[in-house]
Amino acid sequence: MHKARHNPLNAIAAHAALLTWTAIALFPVAVILINSFKTRKAIFREPLALPSPDSFSMIGYQTVMKQGDFFLYFQNSMIVTVVSLFLVLLFGAMAAFALSEYRFRGNTLMGLYLALGIMIPIRIGTVAILDLMVQTGLVNTLMALILVYTAQGLPLAVFILSEFMRQVSDDLKNAGRIDGLSEYRIFFRLVLPLVRPAMATVAVFNMIPIWNDLWFPLILAPGEATKTLTLGSQVFIGQFVTDWNAVLSALSLAILPVLVLYVIFSRQLIRGITSGAVK
Amino acid sequence: MATRSRLHVAVFLAPAVLVYTAVMIWPLFNTLRLALYAAGDEGRVFAGLANFATLFGDPRWSGAFWNALGNNFWFFFIHMIVQNPIGIALAAILSHPRLRFAALYRSAIFIPTILSFVIVGFAWKLILSPIWGIAPGILDAVGLKALFAPWLGREDYALTTLALISVWQFVGIPMMLIYAALLSIPEEILEAGEIDGITGWSAFWRIKLPLILPSIGIISILTFVGNFNAFDLIYAAQGALAGPDFSTDILGTFLYRTFFGFQLQLGDPHMGSAIATAMFAIILTGVCIYLFAIQTRMRRYQF
Repeated sequence: MHKARHNPLNAIAAHAALLTWTAIALFPVAVILINSFKTRKAIFREPLALPSPDSFSMIGYQTVMKQGDFFLYFQNSMIVTVVSLFLVLLFGAMAAFALSEYRFRGNTLMGLYLALGIMIPIRIGTVAILDLMVQTGLVNTLMALILVYTAQGLPLAVFILSEFMRQVSDDLKNAGRIDGLSEYRIFFRLVLPLVRPAMATVAVFNMIPIWNDLWFPLILAPGEATKTLTLGSQVFIGQFVTDWNAVLSALSLAILPVLVLYVIFSRQLIRGITSGAVK
Repeated sequence: MATRSRLHVAVFLAPAVLVYTAVMIWPLFNTLRLALYAAGDEGRVFAGLANFATLFGDPRWSGAFWNALGNNFWFFFIHMIVQNPIGIALAAILSHPRLRFAALYRSAIFIPTILSFVIVGFAWKLILSPIWGIAPGILDAVGLKALFAPWLGREDYALTTLALISVWQFVGIPMMLIYAALLSIPEEILEAGEIDGITGWSAFWRIKLPLILPSIGIISILTFVGNFNAFDLIYAAQGALAGPDFSTDILGTFLYRTFFGFQLQLGDPHMGSAIATAMFAIILTGVCIYLFAIQTRMRRYQF
């Protein structure tokens, strides 16, 4: 093993393999981004060339800005994602605290009940969810999406957070109780700050699927005013299929926010996955 | 404690339990119940198992259902034989203790996983398109131009192509999970193996692989559940009709068309519920096989 570790040939082979896959992983993204800044002619003539002063063009972005309401879509996605995450974290942490801190009848059963949703996808219940939203008048509102994503995120959030809350020292909480803090204050003042890293993990895990979801926006909120960025770009691209500049620009606009978020949170995300939070 | 009021326990639990029950569990059971009804003259009428009789008995319905189910299994099979080996190989290379730029590779390889299916579907559609010519151009450069075909437009290739696109997107997840599992193997075990003369490849096959089997099990069940309610990629790349000629139709797109309606076909929530029930049964079977047959037999090692 030690011999193998020092072998320079092995290191070269390892880098070659990783570089190959990195190229495969990044190539489509790069092609889209590069070509979104080129004229139509240049897109077809030299698809792999970087935009030059000659071939540089923002025409696609101009079409997108004129034709699609991308700021509104972006805003909708932002509201849905942030509010859902906030509710998942708040409700999830509260329930996790109740399950990990108090002994009451049905505790284990409640834990199992909440864990059911980890393995069963919420999409199976779509027919009745649409029914429910129609009856409550929530169709074509962001609230419908927020409720669905909150419900979808809760099972894993409760599971992960209660694991972490079991590790918070009892002495600390009991000291708080002796000082006369209410159970609510113990939760918000003492416990929540201590599980912040776990909360961040849960948030990052939930963020990507919520932001990228197409199914529920398509079914529950397809109206123009409530389109999310994912649905908005899907519809836009469908309409402008032959306008390659516009399609490439729309794709780039949909890629960029996620890429920025990823650069900010990638360390947290990777630490979350590798810390074994999902095991 | 016993003398204190226990109201706070209920307060802590209530919001999560209410939202979860109302928006997830209740609709789930309601969907299973709706599968037993049909649209009548005055709203819903109880129809027993008639919807299932149609789904499995009526040749038009059953043909579409078995086609979607078969395609779904092929989709899953491609994931299992391509995604997992690549993920394991990448993780094994990355976990090499002296590898430089490991964090950089890790972050870059994970990027496709964070993109939405809409982006991934369209991006690959453009790249594989014979009109744009990127894929034929690249194949030409390595002298394999004859291999090019409009893969997404051909009935015999489209589904496999889409499955490989999905593998491209999600290979980051098995890579990360296996990577974490490999890092958690203590150095002493590997050193003990070295003393016995087990190094390099045989150390991987004989020591590391058995130790990461539980992680491979988790990845398999995650992939199974993900694949059997997949929808977005097919819809973004091929539309709700899952063309050409339904050759890429999977249960998710079949459910969408049935329940929501598409083009001339009217939506039918009751038949949709029947399909959702079948999907529920399939996923539940998979999860149970995993929990009872695989996970309990797998030995877990505590370090």
